[in-house]
Amino acid sequence: MMVKDRYDIVVIGAGPAGSVAARYAAENGASVLMLERDRESGIPVRCAEGVSHNGIAPFIDIDKRWIASQIDIAKLTSPNGESALMHNNGVGYVLERRIFDTALCELAAKHGARLITKANALDLIKENNKITGVKYRYMGKTCEVKCNIVIAADGTESRVGRWAGINTTVALRDIDTCVQYTLAGLDIKRDTCEFYFGNEVSPGGYVWIFPKSDSTANVGIGIAGHLSHEKGPKEYLDEFVARRFPDATITYTMYGGVPTAATLKEIVKDNFMIVGDAARQVNPITGGGIVQGMIAGSIAGKVAAEAVKKGTFDAKFLKKYRKEWDKTLGNTQKVMHNMKEKFLFMTDERFNNLVSFCKKIPSDKFSLKSLFTEAVKGDPKLMLDVAKSFVVSKIKLK
Amino acid sequence: MKIIHEFCDICGTCVAVCPVDAITVTEFKVEIDNEICTNCLNCLKVCPAKAIVECE
Repeated sequence: MMVKDRYDIVVIGAGPAGSVAARYAAENGASVLMLERDRESGIPVRCAEGVSHNGIAPFIDIDKRWIASQIDIAKLTSPNGESALMHNNGVGYVLERRIFDTALCELAAKHGARLITKANALDLIKENNKITGVKYRYMGKTCEVKCNIVIAADGTESRVGRWAGINTTVALRDIDTCVQYTLAGLDIKRDTCEFYFGNEVSPGGYVWIFPKSDSTANVGIGIAGHLSHEKGPKEYLDEFVARRFPDATITYTMYGGVPTAATLKEIVKDNFMIVGDAARQVNPITGGGIVQGMIAGSIAGKVAAEAVKKGTFDAKFLKKYRKEWDKTLGNTQKVMHNMKEKFLFMTDERFNNLVSFCKKIPSDKFSLKSLFTEAVKGDPKLMLDVAKSFVVSKIKLK
Repeated sequence: MKIIHEFCDICGTCVAVCPVDAITVTEFKVEIDNEICTNCLNCLKVCPAKAIVECE
């Protein structure tokens, strides 16, 4: 494959946010190079792999190759063991990320973007304080590629943003420390994902069961960073698995961190944009980042292509991405972040009451809005914010 | 700080909470530069694999 030494745009990281950004930039006429650190996009999988149909459908045709199972029911279980079922939140999928991420890369390539795997970004190239390219390591050699815009999509562990002068550090309370097993030998319902709450089960977070078949599932835990001590996520998860699935076989163990903050204060600089987990564009309540990253990537990609057409690469122009993001999801994320703060201090009794409340609603009438509204009862300002954010997201995510 | 490489899953969670950019990640390895590290212990607290310890 021919790699040029100059592109309009270089995207660092070829996960969902990066490859969607690359695709939209290329589709709108820019020349684009993606640099992926690992040997393949999508691996190692560090993800529970759950998404909604409505979230991903705008970006890629649904393909059985990367769907493990279809989810129709969510089951919430409170600390006292009571459960509530939710039916009407739309279809969801548990993905095969390895195949899904590759499919997104192929789509970007189809629109003209280039990809180099095993290319580890080392630093930004700056001339007269201006970002003009990327230095990266490939097959034992240090290489340079010049460009007008760098899009950082390098995930939770992002360093590229720091090189551009953006403070990407998250507070301990704003990151969930996570462990996940893929378990085999289970007897579960393939169409139901499960969530377990409570300060003894998963302080400041939750345990999830996302089925990949009738007998296998991603079973994981995220606990708030500041609540992880000697007893960390692995200890909590092992207790849960011993209780719930004592005979299961672990076929995959993974560790990871999920930012549960608001979006970074700065997501553009002159000649620079940052998207996805790297920009902390993650739903702070659910920890979901795939769809958020794809939406951010699509906005950033389009704005970057526009900048290329105009020949204007300063932060002032690129801020269009910030504006669009805030309107689409950024403002909602801020409200969700305030709600998450509430959840961090929720007692087990409150969780019990919440699930009891959910049980009283007929499962086909159930919505996230009713759950969230009940959860923030007693805080009128937050209740109003939640109501508003649902009006906004309904319009935007239709 | 010191990484126990046998435990480390190279997930990069430590990088996100490091306030001074002392941690680097490649496909194969996480490293902490103790010249830059301020011993805030954020990485040790958040590491899901418990792969980070204080230097003796």
